[in-house]
Amino acid sequence: MAKLMPLLEPLPVGSYGKRSSGWWGLLALIVTEGSLFGYLLFSYFYLASQALEHWPPDGLPKLAIPGINTIILLASSGFIWASERCLKNKKMRSSITLMAVAIILGTCFVMIQLREWSNKSYNMATNLYGSLYFTITGFHMAHVVVGVIILSLLLLWMILGYFDDKRYLPVTIGGFYWHFVDGVWLFVFTALYLTPYL
Amino acid sequence: MNPIAKNSPDELLIRVPEFGRAPLGSEAEKRLASLWETLPGWRGWLATVDHKEIGLRYLVTAFIFLLMGGVEALIMRVQLARPDQALLTPEQYNQLFTMHGVTMIFLYSLPILSGFSNYLWPLLLGSRDMAFPRLNALSYWLFLFAGIFLYVSFPLGQAPNAGWFNYVPFSSLEFNTGPNIDVYALGMVLLGISTTVGAINFVVTLFRMRAPGMSINRVPILVWGTLTASVGNLLAVPSVSLAFFLLWLDRQIGTHFFDAANGGKPLLWQHLFWMFGHPWVYAIVLPAMGIVSDALPTFCRRPLVGYAAVALSTMATMLLGFEVWIHHMFATGLPTLALSFFGAASMVISIPSAVAVFAWVATIWLGRPVFNTPFLFFAGFVMLFVMGGVSGVMTAAVPLDFQLNDTYFIVAHLHYVLLGINVFPVVGGIYYWFPKFFGRMMNETLGKWSFWVMFIGFNIGFFPMHIAGLMGMPRRIYTYSGNMGWNTINMVTSVGAFLFAAGILIFMVNVLISLKRGELAGDNPWDAATLEWSAPSPPKAYNFAVIPLIASRHPLWEDRLNEGEARSSLDEGYLLMQGRETLATTPLDAKPDLILKMPEDSYAPFYLGLFSALIFAGLLLHWWDFAGLMAIAAGIALTAWMWPGRKLEQSVPAMQPAKESEHG
Ligand code: HEM
Ligand SMILES: [Cu+2]
Repeated sequence: MAKLMPLLEPLPVGSYGKRSSGWWGLLALIVTEGSLFGYLLFSYFYLASQALEHWPPDGLPKLAIPGINTIILLASSGFIWASERCLKNKKMRSSITLMAVAIILGTCFVMIQLREWSNKSYNMATNLYGSLYFTITGFHMAHVVVGVIILSLLLLWMILGYFDDKRYLPVTIGGFYWHFVDGVWLFVFTALYLTPYL
Repeated sequence: MNPIAKNSPDELLIRVPEFGRAPLGSEAEKRLASLWETLPGWRGWLATVDHKEIGLRYLVTAFIFLLMGGVEALIMRVQLARPDQALLTPEQYNQLFTMHGVTMIFLYSLPILSGFSNYLWPLLLGSRDMAFPRLNALSYWLFLFAGIFLYVSFPLGQAPNAGWFNYVPFSSLEFNTGPNIDVYALGMVLLGISTTVGAINFVVTLFRMRAPGMSINRVPILVWGTLTASVGNLLAVPSVSLAFFLLWLDRQIGTHFFDAANGGKPLLWQHLFWMFGHPWVYAIVLPAMGIVSDALPTFCRRPLVGYAAVALSTMATMLLGFEVWIHHMFATGLPTLALSFFGAASMVISIPSAVAVFAWVATIWLGRPVFNTPFLFFAGFVMLFVMGGVSGVMTAAVPLDFQLNDTYFIVAHLHYVLLGINVFPVVGGIYYWFPKFFGRMMNETLGKWSFWVMFIGFNIGFFPMHIAGLMGMPRRIYTYSGNMGWNTINMVTSVGAFLFAAGILIFMVNVLISLKRGELAGDNPWDAATLEWSAPSPPKAYNFAVIPLIASRHPLWEDRLNEGEARSSLDEGYLLMQGRETLATTPLDAKPDLILKMPEDSYAPFYLGLFSALIFAGLLLHWWDFAGLMAIAAGIALTAWMWPGRKLEQSVPAMQPAKESEHG
């Protein structure tokens, strides 16, 4: 009977781009985190659709600053993407600069969002809307903060010379996590800021 | 052997996997053993990432929780054996049935199956470990700490007391002022993290870590079951974690999610809980059904009938499982149309289960059954499955459910399902794989005794509960008056419960005796078909000296079944021994894809688990600063974990040939 024959071609060793286990793990993490936000928004709409008073209670949300903040966050994603590309093309310096810019933008988002929070006339415990608003944006904020920490570690590792044009998997993975956090913000933003206008 | 020149700088990035043999005792085999073995002593004990060690820990820990939940149940049955008893106060009874439910559902049912899967997956799939060995260790530590966490308030008489599904408003601060519910809420969030990281590990392992040639249509059904459960958990666990977190916020921070007085909705709890709860029920039965689908054929001396149908029905069950959560809420006043829809969906879900039952029955029917202990447990399971299924379809009928909701009929149903589909396959599975775990057989005589005592005790204990329910006995009552006509039934039930417990005791005695004095097993004592039986019993630290090449679904029965031309190559395969290495393959057809560098043992998972548990302890006690500190500590542990490793070839410095020691 015929025994199977081995494949005698060279194979990549270790963590290799999108074929690495870490990349797969990240996708699985995103599935579960994505559902977490799904359930949060489900709770929001479930409660909002049955609300008897005005929704939101203190009138329609102002869009200017949150809108700008959204653009800042999306821009940071662009910089991450560019940073990874530079890394692939052996442009280490620009890669580091771009990453640093992305981190600054992420931090700006956090600062502006904190200001938004302190400008609200209600807090988590004041009313149902406040509970939802602060919990949902709080969950997202926690993800942004974790994301900024991850990006900062990546920056550090780049400066320490851990990555080159062949080994940069953590940048791919960390960067994609950041894109996910940004993508989720679009849903949060739409739900909390745009749907009340409908 | 390696066609690429030894000193080529690219050798670390790309190379041809060495192919050959490594019989026991050869140089190559010794080298593998030294690469993979864990350090002796407590250091190794804390740091190990060996999936076999972790799997056994899962099994033992979950079994201890089964015993704890069992003792709680027996105390309840003593209280209920006769009318107007005063052994327990109502509050004590509340805490007992809640902790019993929580323990059985969350700390026993899934973790014990994770134990099997952790131990068996790499062996079934022909790999040297799971995709993320350290994550595996983390999920165990978190499970252990969450279990302890959920029990901390028990000795103080302040255990969770609102039932395992913990409905608001009874579980809100207004009606439940002690720490009871906060312990439950925070403990569940912690446990949810454990479940989630475990699920991620299973999913990625399935898609990456199969031996070459083990295409997706050749993996054992246990793998399908655990995979489906894991995907289900990834989608469902966030729902319950969120529900518990929101409840904790309501109680401790003053939010209003479930607070009807301020526009919150108690029904939101029920939605979030059951959107999770029903898929969860499948998560704790599908892998157990997988155990049966894989082990039963061994004792019928033929392959499982309808492999594809069973694999597909496994997934179909989970898919439908996400659409039926409303059937737990029939009595909440939802619109009739919704009720009819979800009632119908709940009936449809019995179709895939029926497919699986027919497959097992046909396997027994067409095979030549060998009636030893594991077979008895699996056959008993099929019977109990049918009974639990029938009473389940009955409660899926909306009008009948109005009648039966919150009676002992439900208690009977859920025990038939949970014990029938989980406990019986689990005990059967332990009888079956015990020789693989420990290298010794379990005693047959004691084994048969344990089965019959358990089976008879179970039916005496739980069948009469159906009748008690039809006679109107409500669940969750701490006592009843003598003139309700429930006296005999309850006495019989309690006697049966103790008989069942005696069966478990016989099983445990058998385990202890067999560990010491069981007959030596050899590699394949049952003459089974799947890959784990080609490894020594117990398996070596590296699992497979060579990564085998797989040609069929039954690598060890190929000559007998004579299904195709090709034969699996088991003692000649990929050697991969430049450090801890194993092979990654492509997701569907399992072609070699990558040489994976696997992590060494590490303390990081233990510390991360510990600090995470302490964060939750801080939240429980309102020690906010402490919780913050622990969060930072957890962050540091995580950073240390993620630091691009040299040996994992994740960073550029790893490429410098400063690796002499490793090649030594
Ligand atoms: C010796 C075996 C067992 C006995 C005697 C037993 C007995 C009981 C009793 C007396 C109750 C309380 C009924 C009530 O007052 O409403 C109960 C509830 C329950 N049992 Fe068991 N049980 C056993 C094993 C198990 C197992 C193995 C599981 C799961 C895998 C399980 C899951 C549950 C659940 C989920 C509840 C509902 C708790 C609640 O109402 O919140 N039981 N059981
Ligand atoms: Cu259900």
